[in-house]
Amino acid sequence: MMSTHRALMVFADPALHRSRISRRVGDAVRSLPGVQVQDLYELYPDFFIDARNERSLLKQSDLLIFGFQLAWYSMPSLLKEWVDVVFKPEWAEGAGPLRGKSCWVAVACNSMEADYRPGGRHGRPLTDYLAPLEQAARACGMHWIEPHVYYGADRADAQAIDAHAAELRELMAAHIARLPAPQAIEGGGHGA
Amino acid sequence: MEHSVLTVAMVYLAAAVVAVPLARALGLGAVLGYLLAGIAIGPWGMGLISNVETILHFSEFGVVLLLFVIGLELEPQRLWSLRRSIFGWGAAQVGGVTAVLCVAAWLAGISWQVALIAALGLSLSSTAIALTTMQERNLLPTPAGQAGFSILLFQDIAAIPMIALVPVLGAADAHADAGAGGALKAAGVIVGLLVVGHYLVRPVLRVIARTHMREIFTAFALLLVISVSLLMSWVGMSMALGAFLAGVLLADSEYRHALETDLEPFKGLLLGLFFIAVGMSVDFGVFLAQPWRILGLALGFLVLKTGVMYLLARAFGMAGRQRTLFAFLLSQGGEFAFVVFGAAATARAFSEETASILVLVVALSMMATPLLLIFYDRVLEPRWNGQRKKRKSDPIEANEGHVIIAGFGRFGQIVGRLLHANQVPLTMLDHDPDHIDTLRDFGFKVFYGDATRIDLLTAAGAEKARALVIAIDGIEDSLKLAEAVRREFPQLPILARARNITHYYELMDLGVTVVERETFESALMMGRRVLEQLGFGAYLSRQAAMRFREHNLKTVLEVYPYYKDREQYVSQARRANEELHAMFERDFVAIKRDREDEDA
Repeated sequence: MMSTHRALMVFADPALHRSRISRRVGDAVRSLPGVQVQDLYELYPDFFIDARNERSLLKQSDLLIFGFQLAWYSMPSLLKEWVDVVFKPEWAEGAGPLRGKSCWVAVACNSMEADYRPGGRHGRPLTDYLAPLEQAARACGMHWIEPHVYYGADRADAQAIDAHAAELRELMAAHIARLPAPQAIEGGGHGA
Repeated sequence: MEHSVLTVAMVYLAAAVVAVPLARALGLGAVLGYLLAGIAIGPWGMGLISNVETILHFSEFGVVLLLFVIGLELEPQRLWSLRRSIFGWGAAQVGGVTAVLCVAAWLAGISWQVALIAALGLSLSSTAIALTTMQERNLLPTPAGQAGFSILLFQDIAAIPMIALVPVLGAADAHADAGAGGALKAAGVIVGLLVVGHYLVRPVLRVIARTHMREIFTAFALLLVISVSLLMSWVGMSMALGAFLAGVLLADSEYRHALETDLEPFKGLLLGLFFIAVGMSVDFGVFLAQPWRILGLALGFLVLKTGVMYLLARAFGMAGRQRTLFAFLLSQGGEFAFVVFGAAATARAFSEETASILVLVVALSMMATPLLLIFYDRVLEPRWNGQRKKRKSDPIEANEGHVIIAGFGRFGQIVGRLLHANQVPLTMLDHDPDHIDTLRDFGFKVFYGDATRIDLLTAAGAEKARALVIAIDGIEDSLKLAEAVRREFPQLPILARARNITHYYELMDLGVTVVERETFESALMMGRRVLEQLGFGAYLSRQAAMRFREHNLKTVLEVYPYYKDREQYVSQARRANEELHAMFERDFVAIKRDREDEDA
């Protein structure tokens, strides 16, 4: 039962069958030791999330990664449901079990970087659209790592996608390596 | 020597039972086994059987049934689309082989009449050998198989004018009694066959199917084939061709698979009998009189025919690796050659001796086919394969496999309609003829038959199916089917509907991984509606139902290892009540715990 993963990737793509990128990224990341990938649309197609299980996975992880493709300037709906159900404020906020863990977002979008500028098609930088996630993570006492953005997803060819998947995998390995030693989080015993 | 029918049957069956497994074990194939068995029991072997010709005649029904079954697999539109292939390939093959053989014989100093008749007869190949082999190897869908099939079909048609032509070339003034009246009769019979087949046979099949008496269904299937064949032979056409047409007429009917399944054993045995008879008809007296000459003739014939076939295949643009196999498959002389040479001898177009030599050459060439195929398998194929492996293998096309639904009642229908709406090809099996009619009216492909029979599933293409959905009513039948499919088609995924929880567990015992309790989801929906009615609110009701669902699925799996004990308890009413009580208790505690957990 005890899995030994250190990173939990919460992965959501409602259209995996026609996604050019998500599958490759998911596969690449899954092969990293110490990473557990939760493919939400595969696990919870009826949008009924097993919150108990998700929380226990979260508790075992030191790094939480959100992997998704932008859907109308936000995350896919099931991922939002996941955040709502799993991050119940009374469980997650303040000195809750998420405190001290790290949070990272790997997001892909179809537009180019130039579109995400003041005056551009989308008006503001992409990271602005990630503000709710960032603030939620901070509110739970998590350490926010600079998000990784992949632009022009719909025009990437197979080669570019492979390169992207490999890059993400490396970045993730680096983030995991930089995590504080496990006991530093577990131990402590701040008292109640 | 007089034989009773049973004694003869015993000798045949014994010969087949001994020779065929032996031949198989030696890697020689069933056809060669039958031929050897025939030689062993024939006049030149142990001499157990003498009246070879009668048996050869009777066993022709093996070929007839073979063509009927092949006809069943060819819908009229597909046959129509093959017409170019049949006449193109067929005419090229018969014309090419006849020309080359005729010229060769003429150069050897044989009179042109004899040469022509011999060449015509020898250009025909053995439907029984070639088709059986192609079916065994699943070659029919390949280009070589299609070409071979077209040629064999053309030969069956071409044999008729040949047999009519032979007396004209002969010395005796035997006039073909066919004439205009004969042609009219033949045309009439074919039109009659089309009408009767379409408007009468299917209703009769339906009535018989409704009696649920399998043996009557089988009897009718046999009756149908035999009467069509006799009718055709009465108007002077090939029996096999008639049976083939009858098969095509029924190809798009719902009884296709059932007919195929029922006739399969007869077909196999009668074909075996045919090969045995061919083996017996080899006249070693003629052979021993001039062995080298006959072996030379047989060899020369095989080389010429195979060579022409190979060149034809190349001219028609067949892939290189298939050409040799194709040429080998059709290299032998056929059944019709016996008829042609017989007719020629009767019409004194050539001597009895010439006829028996030619018959011997044909029989030897039939025996050579299995040997050529062994040579192909053991020597040529491995060599080519070795070459091919160095190349990158072609990507396999996306599977075009279908889903088989066994049982098309209230449950199977919904599954089927969902899949159909998503363009998943379906094969449905059901045993209620009335039901089938209605469904076919709406354009569904539903076949009549008892889905628990593994041979029917085989006929329905279980080998190439992507999944099997078991949606039949009877628990016992459902388990029987699941077990048989696990055994015969271990790679075929089974998705089954369970009538109740014990059925659910029993299916799991058989390794069926996807099981749906038939009433579970709809009962859950009903519970959800009740909660709504009570004022829970639509969303909260949904969450409650989903939570219960998740919990229930987990519990069912947790209890699985103990279900056999539980079943014993449940058999006693008092215990059953306790069990129910315990289940209620478990649900309540678990759901409460889940909710608390989720809230905090």
